[in-house]
Amino acid sequence: MLKQCEGSHAVAEAVALCRPEVICAYPISPQTHIVEGIGEMVKGGELKDCEFINVESEFAAMSVAIGSSATGARTYTATASQGLLYMVEAVYNASGLGLPIVMTVANRAIGAPINIWNDHSDSLSQRDCGWIQLFAETNQEALDLHIQAFKLAEEISLPVMVCMDGFILTHAYERVDMPTQEQVDAFLPPYEPRQVLDVNEPVSIGAMVGPEAFMEVRYLAHAKQMQALELIPQLAQEFKTVFGRDSGGLIRTYRTEDAETIVIAMGSVLGTIKDTVDEMREAGHKIGVLGITSFRPFPLVEVAAALKHCKRFVVLEKSLAVGIGGIVATNVRMAVTGMGLKGYTVVAGLGGRAITMKSLTGLFEKAGRDELDLVTFLDLDWKVVNKQLEREREKRRTGPAAEAMLRDIGAVAARNY
Amino acid sequence: MSALQTVKFYQTGTFTVGNRLLAPEERSVQANMQRTNSLNSGHRACQGCGEALGARYAIDAAMNATNRQLIAANATGCLEVFSTPYPETSWQIPWIHSLFGNTAAVATGIAAAIKVKQQKGQGQDVRVVAQGGDGGTTDIGFGCLSGMFERNDDVLYICYDNGGYMNTGVQRSSATPSAARTATTMPIGPEPGNPFGQGKFVPAIAMAHEIPYVATATVADLRDLENKVTHAMSIRGARYIHILVPCPLGWGTASHDTIRMARLAKETGIFPVFEAEYGEVKSALAIRRPLPVEDYLKPQKRFAHLFGKNPAVDTIARIQAQADKNIRRYGLLAKEAS
Amino acid sequence: MFQVRIHGRGGQGVVTAAEMLSIAAFEEGRHAQAFPSFGSERTGAPVVAFCRIADKEIRLREPIMAPDAIIIQDPTLLHQVDVFAGLKKDGYILINTTKTFEQLGLGDFIRDWHPERLCTVSATELSIKHVGRPVPNVPLLGGFAAVSGIIKLESVAMAIRDKFSGKVADGNIAAATEAYNIVRGEMEEALHHA
Repeated sequence: MLKQCEGSHAVAEAVALCRPEVICAYPISPQTHIVEGIGEMVKGGELKDCEFINVESEFAAMSVAIGSSATGARTYTATASQGLLYMVEAVYNASGLGLPIVMTVANRAIGAPINIWNDHSDSLSQRDCGWIQLFAETNQEALDLHIQAFKLAEEISLPVMVCMDGFILTHAYERVDMPTQEQVDAFLPPYEPRQVLDVNEPVSIGAMVGPEAFMEVRYLAHAKQMQALELIPQLAQEFKTVFGRDSGGLIRTYRTEDAETIVIAMGSVLGTIKDTVDEMREAGHKIGVLGITSFRPFPLVEVAAALKHCKRFVVLEKSLAVGIGGIVATNVRMAVTGMGLKGYTVVAGLGGRAITMKSLTGLFEKAGRDELDLVTFLDLDWKVVNKQLEREREKRRTGPAAEAMLRDIGAVAARNY
Repeated sequence: MSALQTVKFYQTGTFTVGNRLLAPEERSVQANMQRTNSLNSGHRACQGCGEALGARYAIDAAMNATNRQLIAANATGCLEVFSTPYPETSWQIPWIHSLFGNTAAVATGIAAAIKVKQQKGQGQDVRVVAQGGDGGTTDIGFGCLSGMFERNDDVLYICYDNGGYMNTGVQRSSATPSAARTATTMPIGPEPGNPFGQGKFVPAIAMAHEIPYVATATVADLRDLENKVTHAMSIRGARYIHILVPCPLGWGTASHDTIRMARLAKETGIFPVFEAEYGEVKSALAIRRPLPVEDYLKPQKRFAHLFGKNPAVDTIARIQAQADKNIRRYGLLAKEAS
Repeated sequence: MFQVRIHGRGGQGVVTAAEMLSIAAFEEGRHAQAFPSFGSERTGAPVVAFCRIADKEIRLREPIMAPDAIIIQDPTLLHQVDVFAGLKKDGYILINTTKTFEQLGLGDFIRDWHPERLCTVSATELSIKHVGRPVPNVPLLGGFAAVSGIIKLESVAMAIRDKFSGKVADGNIAAATEAYNIVRGEMEEALHHA
């Protein structure tokens, strides 16, 4: 059924349709509306046979999820930013134990400086934690990916993060097609665990593993993600059969047929990029888009195939690997090893900095002329940065840098436009 | 006047009674041929390990009380390491180890899953025990523990307190007693050993959560321990049992002295043994024969710096004052003994 | 694509207004995207919300920097925030006030503007009258339906029913309807004088 609703609400409803059995939640912006929505459904009796637990921290949220998933319950939680970092030890533990927990990450920057706005620093900091990471472009896709995520997680017994841009998607009202319970039931069978704490068949889960087997256990985690590379497109296909729309998959291309320049990105910024590309196409630029839906596992082969005929690629990412530049870009470069392509890294939209068509157009035109630096920081205020660097050259005790730079800008409060 | 009590010729010691001579329903769980051996033989604990003894009695009692419908969650620590040198495991019950500091939360998750499964008619009534050492309970696991308590989740949490991080080589925890030597509180400087005025007594904090049941126990009185676990399993909601388990390695005591040390801790008032319901103390195990704290401290190498040529009289007096305070606070002096 | 920016203060229902506008457009079978300015603003602080309306899927996610219309829920913002930033020439302006544009000091700014695109309505009074609380956001949507013609008053009513129920919904619909009629009157008068 078509409806106009908030992204968080759409996800809450989709999760409820997946018949979760245990949900644990600790509030953090911009994830709050999702768990509030599910909590209300449980309390109001709309979502039956589900335990909703208000825990005392994200660390506890993931730990409760570990316990319930190991006891055979379909388990869900959601977090963002500092919350994801606070639960990291348990995040690794959940994937190490092979527990198919599904978690929404309402992507948000990581402090310091504290910042509640969107970028991808949080999930990307967890790129090696063993979870599958899927990125949603729209609220419709966020909704759909959650339904696929439960099936994927339970099929290969690995946890899945569904990443959606905080505020930009979570707080945006837009049209979504909400599936029926019958459709979801037809797609998603009840959870049948590979391992479970069962009094009738006692097992020990989580024992110490020494050097004689640790590598093998870890390799198995890698092997499972490689299996996911095959399973993710299959599930997207199955999903299309039941729900009648394209959602998920590993990658998605847009106007790449004869493109000389291909822009690569993840999440909601793909929409703005596509609008920009349409305009540039009309002006005669041969430019296309490659959206990465599955960041973990990373689809090396598919990315290489999508870039086969282009001359250059631009990775536009909402993350920064301090000391080298890009995170997504580094992964893409591995995919195109030996292909002789020019590649550019663009760090954009950190901490909620708006990514506009105007800036993108200038950026892509420059890329088309091969005038971009290897690493570019989109719309960076060099004046402010240089002033601070100058200050630090001049004297020792310059005080807290962030505060000094804010003073230079003269900003009284953060503004979005 | 009631009938005279018959002379018990079968008494085997001062405070103990031979199991075989008791009525079957009064016999200890361990005396039963059908005991579960939840923590089975062959594990890798040290000789004289108080924790292995406590855990064996506690979990078998919980198994017995729940008709073997029990799942255990375990914190990182000695108990976890010595019981599961995989592919071998000593656990005869469904058992999970996740992390050092999250055991109470993992148990909450298990309890929640069981509840939902039961609602759906998909499972029996299975109960949950969480267990960890003092480090995993009073320090790194304290946040999750407090969260589990305040939500009154249906979990029995058992802390095996040996007063330090013995698994990592005897470092100080917030349950390490004053003046005790550990690898991080060396007996040097103006205040040798663990400083006074630090640390916390988690049973009292558990009581402040107003949970249905809090108890302390030692491995010196295993029947009392079994009874408390059995009683705890008859109650729903958050429950906490804090068991003093001497550690020969960390305390510097003889392996054969584990039970004696636990008894001395109780008899000197160093470790109060009591039960509390909804934040109020309901009963305490009386001290039979009050003993000075020296009797407890002297056999332990971790307190050796208090004795020797120039005994640290003041320090010992401060420890005695702590014991005296426990005796007053929990009413530990048996009326007939005074 | 038609882009609307709503300015107000925390607590005045700015974000809800944008959401309801998107629901109203959705009810007419159109695509719409509403989103707040994502601040950690507290009650009373300046707040911005956005709404895009189009006949095809809206992919653009940038903030609305060149709006077709501006709704100002609190006229005191005129002295504090550059509320008209980027407004397209001859864009629609709707202000919650009892004063005129001239009285608000905007005479020069709107000198050669289409007069029927500049409207004011005392939405706070209307909300107090019909709902019993000073929440100007909903009546302004009624006024916006009139001035912009981009959505129907009936769709606004449907959006109100989506967000509220019972007496609150009835009151808000009455307030929105009255605002709609007031603005229609203003527009006719403006065209008459033009």
